[in-house]
Amino acid sequence: MGNAFETVVREEDNDRLGQTDENSILRFLTCGSVDDGKSTLIGRLLYDAKLILDDQLMTLERESRERGSTKGEIDFALLVDGLEAEREQGITIDIAYRFFATARRKFIVADAPGHEEYTRNMVTGASTANLAVVLVDSRQGIVSQTRRHCYVAALLGIRKIVLAVNKMDLVGYDQLVFEKIIADFKMMAINLGFSSFQPIPLSARYGDNVTRSSQNTRWYDGPHLLEYLETVAIEREEEQKPFRFPVQYVSRPNSDFRGFSGQIASGSIAVGDRVTIVKSGRTSTIKEIVTYDGSLARAGVGQAVTLLLEDHLDVSRGNMLASSQDPPSFSDQFQAHIVWFDATPMMPGRSYVLQTETDSVSATVTALKYQVDVNSFAHIAAKALHMNEVGVCNISTRSPIAFDAYAENRATGSFILIDRFTNNTIGAGTIDYGLKRSENVRWQKLDVDRAARAALMHQKPTVIWFTGLSGSGKSTVANSLEKLLHAKGHHTYLLDGDNVRHGLSRDLGFTDEDRVENIRRAAEVARLMADAGLIVLVCFISPFASERRLARDLMMAGEFIEVFIDTPLDECMRRDPKGLYAKAIAGQIPNFTGISSPYEPPENPELHLKTINAHADDLAMEILVALDRR
Amino acid sequence: MHRHSSNASHAVSYLDRLESEAIHIFREVAATSSKSVILYSIGKDSSVLVHLAMKAFYPAKPPFPLLHVDTTWKFKEMLAFRDDFARSSGMELLVHVNQEGVEGHISPFNHGSQIHTHVWKTIGLRQALDKFGFDIAFGGARRDEEKSRAKERIFSFRDGDHSWDPKNQRPEMWKIYNTRVSPGESIRVFPLSNWTELDVWQYILREDIAVVPLYFARLRPVIERDGMLIMVDDERMPILSEDKVEDRMVRFRTLGCYPLTAAIDSDAATVEQIVAEIRRSVTSERKGRLIDKDDAGAMEKKKREGYF
Repeated sequence: MGNAFETVVREEDNDRLGQTDENSILRFLTCGSVDDGKSTLIGRLLYDAKLILDDQLMTLERESRERGSTKGEIDFALLVDGLEAEREQGITIDIAYRFFATARRKFIVADAPGHEEYTRNMVTGASTANLAVVLVDSRQGIVSQTRRHCYVAALLGIRKIVLAVNKMDLVGYDQLVFEKIIADFKMMAINLGFSSFQPIPLSARYGDNVTRSSQNTRWYDGPHLLEYLETVAIEREEEQKPFRFPVQYVSRPNSDFRGFSGQIASGSIAVGDRVTIVKSGRTSTIKEIVTYDGSLARAGVGQAVTLLLEDHLDVSRGNMLASSQDPPSFSDQFQAHIVWFDATPMMPGRSYVLQTETDSVSATVTALKYQVDVNSFAHIAAKALHMNEVGVCNISTRSPIAFDAYAENRATGSFILIDRFTNNTIGAGTIDYGLKRSENVRWQKLDVDRAARAALMHQKPTVIWFTGLSGSGKSTVANSLEKLLHAKGHHTYLLDGDNVRHGLSRDLGFTDEDRVENIRRAAEVARLMADAGLIVLVCFISPFASERRLARDLMMAGEFIEVFIDTPLDECMRRDPKGLYAKAIAGQIPNFTGISSPYEPPENPELHLKTINAHADDLAMEILVALDRR
Repeated sequence: MHRHSSNASHAVSYLDRLESEAIHIFREVAATSSKSVILYSIGKDSSVLVHLAMKAFYPAKPPFPLLHVDTTWKFKEMLAFRDDFARSSGMELLVHVNQEGVEGHISPFNHGSQIHTHVWKTIGLRQALDKFGFDIAFGGARRDEEKSRAKERIFSFRDGDHSWDPKNQRPEMWKIYNTRVSPGESIRVFPLSNWTELDVWQYILREDIAVVPLYFARLRPVIERDGMLIMVDDERMPILSEDKVEDRMVRFRTLGCYPLTAAIDSDAATVEQIVAEIRRSVTSERKGRLIDKDDAGAMEKKKREGYF
């Protein structure tokens, strides 16, 4: 095995890429801390395997000279550090993908940067990898970044680890150093659930045990790195799992053809098999498996096909076809691990878009159970998740989704979170399990429904949501409006921020997290009152656009009226009816909206009312006119 | 129709995996975007891209048009191929030419490759995307082509100015693609991200996909300049007194504007021979691309400005 090198050289007419086993492809991730030499290792691997082409090598030699590398040595890091900023700073910023092949196998390498702030890139690389090569510097041993990388790899479902103990040349190829690092690693990784572990002593700089066994480590009788990567068994367990087919696209070229397109996430399917349509619980039989290259009798995991069913059933994107014997979970409540990417922290109660491979729903984190310290693996109590932090959360979605536990199925157990306003991907999640609660708490079907109650009151239930700075005049205008409505015989209720804080929200403070929860409670109460048939006036500063969005999403279409009471901050401070601004400026009230906490003005409120030179009764009349016009 | 449909086993080969991944990407865009387009550059990668799109939506046609941003300096054989190819695919072909380039008589000989590429390709592409209001555009770029490409996401977000911010890319996990954009923003999508040059040719061989004849070796009139073989494709090519036009057996490994794309000496006249040649090759594909060499980080800079 020691001369595997000979099988990969690109000499004469050796069929460098031609003899590859068709099915053998290994996707692996390399990770390690900043100076462990990841890029150097990949460069060395490609160079020694003679996979760097002549013009690339010439460019590399020239750039190595320009960057002042020592004594004409090639700086392999330059081969993979593709971005200008990376070359200038001598660090790797983003995940890079490399492709190479030997006679035995094809490889896709994701090179993940070591810096803490780029954890999100490592998550990106790890999500599709089967194996991780974790680098450590033999002089440093296991450091906190090693722990973090191993944790993230384990979290993303990587079960095979190569521990590459690099820079062995700098410790005199000392076996004891190597053994000590292995022992430390095993202690650290004991609960991470890795199924295979291969430590290799190497020097990326000099090529020891990279593509050939080193004479400097005669005490080591294991495989060199390339040999290991070429021969490690890749389990194809996805094939044995129950059939899962997330419906991606409904193909209807004409009225006779209604096909469901998607990529088989696990298991296999044959014509005549029974399948369950997860969201409706209906079952049908596979009539045809359509592809451009002709219809198939059978298709398996990974294949992108179009399925026709025997029965005309309602199936759209986001639904799932699955094995009837072993269906997935279908629930709107589950526990998940979340990795947070965004500068704005994740807060329980806030509404996000949750996207699985093909489904997309509105979701909130109902509880942040704990944060995981990715360096010590300790569980820490937390009220919010900040950038690059990992937490265990309960999640509630607006409608149920089809899923499996991530440990069972990476394709159907994963999701991302998207910010509604910026459209950025702000988090990633792996589902632990469905919460039984949602299966037991069913909506009570009642005979007297909201329409019946509203009809008895002769009114359309409505939530009128007043937002604006403290002292802007929300309560004054709302009070005036309620009098007008009352006089017209309407049934109303006014929910005032201060009053709610005396009771329902008396346990909450004024941090961002508590404000979010306060709004969530008010919105839920308003929804129940609207359900009872009332016209509800809600007067809350409600400074964040996302919570106002949450409130809007809770109500029926057309029953939510957002009213922006727009008074400039200096005018509010001049009025200061409760003397709060004076205290806030004096530093006696922390987190005061407009002073030490932000206010996000609504972009598209139903009504935008400016209070300067206006009378509260006139503004109330304006709202009434708008209500009547609907 | 093709040889692997008779395959009784459902084992998935390496090329099948790449194919399925690309099909999944095409369908994802069709399911989530109403205004998308395939950037069609006439090269082999574009041929493969269109073939994959046909597979993704069979028995329907792909729900996108093709868009060619013409620089007026393409090889004549490319344009002839383009029109035939579009006709036989049954897909709509849109062609955009930057009028500023026409009026300014922008040419690689007089203005240099940087200005030429910026005006015809970068600005031309931005104009075309803005004109038609496309929010998602497919391209045939691959990560193995160039170092900054290796760091680009499959779904690559562009701001209102079409520019790429390499340090602030959306995380891209599993097969979950975030296709949401605000008005004015757009996404470039690269279904061939994980393909290599060899994969592309092996796939062309397996699927019997038509490509421009310039890829195949033939006697062609060329001038050798700075070690590069430039083909004399039309009368606009200035021939200096020291230039020697000679007929040589050459082919093109990559195709762009003829004055900026060097030929290679080759006898590979069939797809099989090209596959064999690439397996033996000791140089990279983009070696013949003059625009990549303007300075270090050239490609990254172009991409930040909105180049594909």
